[in-house]
Amino acid sequence: MDFTTFLWTTFAAFVTLATFSFLYKDNPFYKFAEHLVVGVAAGYFVIILWHNGLVPNLFRRLADGDWYLLWLNSTMWWYLIPAILGALMWTRFSKRWSWVSRWPMGLYIGISTGVAIPLEMSNRVSKQLYATMIVNPQNPGIDWANFWGHGGFDLLDVASGFSQVLIFIGAVAALIYFFFSKAHTGIFGKAATFGIWILMIGFGASFGFTVMARISLFINRLQFIDQEWIQHAMNPENMVNGSHWPYQLVFWAMILVVVGYMVFELVQHFSSKGKAAPAE
Amino acid sequence: MINFFDRLMRLDRRWIFLFLIVVCIIAYVSDFDVPIMPEREVETIYEFVDSLPPGEIVMIAIDYDPNNLAELHPMTYAIVEQCWRKNLKVLITSLSQNGPGMADEALRSITDSLAETKTYNGQVYEGREVVNGVDYCFLGYKPYFALVILGMGQNFRLPFPEDYYGTPLDSIPMMQGVLNYDDVACVIDLSGGNITDYWISYGQNRFNFPLALGLTGVMTAQYYPYLGSGQVFGIMGGLLGAAQYEKLVDNAGLARDGMRVQLPAHIVIILFILVGNIGFFVDRRNRHRAEGR
Repeated sequence: MDFTTFLWTTFAAFVTLATFSFLYKDNPFYKFAEHLVVGVAAGYFVIILWHNGLVPNLFRRLADGDWYLLWLNSTMWWYLIPAILGALMWTRFSKRWSWVSRWPMGLYIGISTGVAIPLEMSNRVSKQLYATMIVNPQNPGIDWANFWGHGGFDLLDVASGFSQVLIFIGAVAALIYFFFSKAHTGIFGKAATFGIWILMIGFGASFGFTVMARISLFINRLQFIDQEWIQHAMNPENMVNGSHWPYQLVFWAMILVVVGYMVFELVQHFSSKGKAAPAE
Repeated sequence: MINFFDRLMRLDRRWIFLFLIVVCIIAYVSDFDVPIMPEREVETIYEFVDSLPPGEIVMIAIDYDPNNLAELHPMTYAIVEQCWRKNLKVLITSLSQNGPGMADEALRSITDSLAETKTYNGQVYEGREVVNGVDYCFLGYKPYFALVILGMGQNFRLPFPEDYYGTPLDSIPMMQGVLNYDDVACVIDLSGGNITDYWISYGQNRFNFPLALGLTGVMTAQYYPYLGSGQVFGIMGGLLGAAQYEKLVDNAGLARDGMRVQLPAHIVIILFILVGNIGFFVDRRNRHRAEGR
């Protein structure tokens, strides 16, 4: 790794540690990292939108027109219409003219709704219902065995009869829980309680995956700090003008900053405890 | 004992963070391995890609930002390398605004790996040069992913007249005769956000191509209904899914390495949950007793 890249890697390691420092408490290093991420992300997004959206989709298409004729002589002059509609969105900043922004917004929502509703109905409703009832899409017709199972009651097999029955009963019970037009008493109440248990099992599965995801993020940072930063800092093959010490210097300077801050916080912590005691 | 649970309920959460960090670091520096058992929904993706004849196109959507890199990057590495080792062509798109950087970085690393002769699952693959435009085409990013997904169903050239590097699609050898989703064997969406919903709704649902998903752990549970209904043919969930795929392709990477840490971390968290719940119930019982109930 060349020295410039190593400096950037060291900075990345610093930002990583600064972010994790929030686990202890809010502090200036964390604030710096947080603002840096938000600022860089916003700036990057604007540039990405400019180069991947406006430039190829608008400016290049109107490029054969002349600006002093407002590009009306372009062969693709109709691209001016979405450009004007897009510009009208900016009227939201004016109290007097903000109503104009409803035109492009209405058009946008109208098109989105028109495209989305049939596709979403098919995707989230019809196909899910078919999957519950029909085995072979080529030969439609309700397969009642889907409800009581295709034989075999293997607890861990999703396709087994046991699971099919459980899924069916669980889905009905969970729906009963959300049915508030009848008091949750008697058998109805018991079904609602069973529905809560089913929901909790679902939430538990999601929670388990979420824990794995969060730990994964930490593991990735560990791998980065070890494999990309520490190992390169310690690798004697990395040199600047035949010397390895600049890598070591940067690495230990960083460690000094981290340890120095930890010591500072500990001193602050214990001194504040000492001050707080007499007041009690 | 009661005093122990009482103190536990008042424990500063930062001690838990510290304990978990120490456990993770010890597990990371320790030299041990955990068995990885691939699940059926991961195997189907591997088998599908593995069964494709050379020259077929696999479309991979790298729809994640750096904050999802930990879980999804290993999937990208494993799948793209498998495709190239099998002489499949890869069509890459990136509908997340920070995705092009992810894709570009992954492509460079995997290209370097392909230059070396390696053995996977007992089969020797000679090192070779990966050529942009022949082995892969990187379409890049365009905003408004729903419209882009719909547009690609008609013609890839509608949303992407040029590839990420500015080369017109018509002059790219790999894209000759490749019009839309009908010309790709499958789409594998590696996503850390709601773009996956659009790939299912506006992509698979509208154009009926085989779709597989690589998801972050947080998202995984909510997409299993689509697996049951056959709308997607496989799911890789989080770091575990990535590790399972790495095992299937016999290409151990960061995911399998990370699973060594996941195991003790999960054990610690489960223990904390158990102890916390016991402490909660003991505390509640004590309060009820004190109130004379």
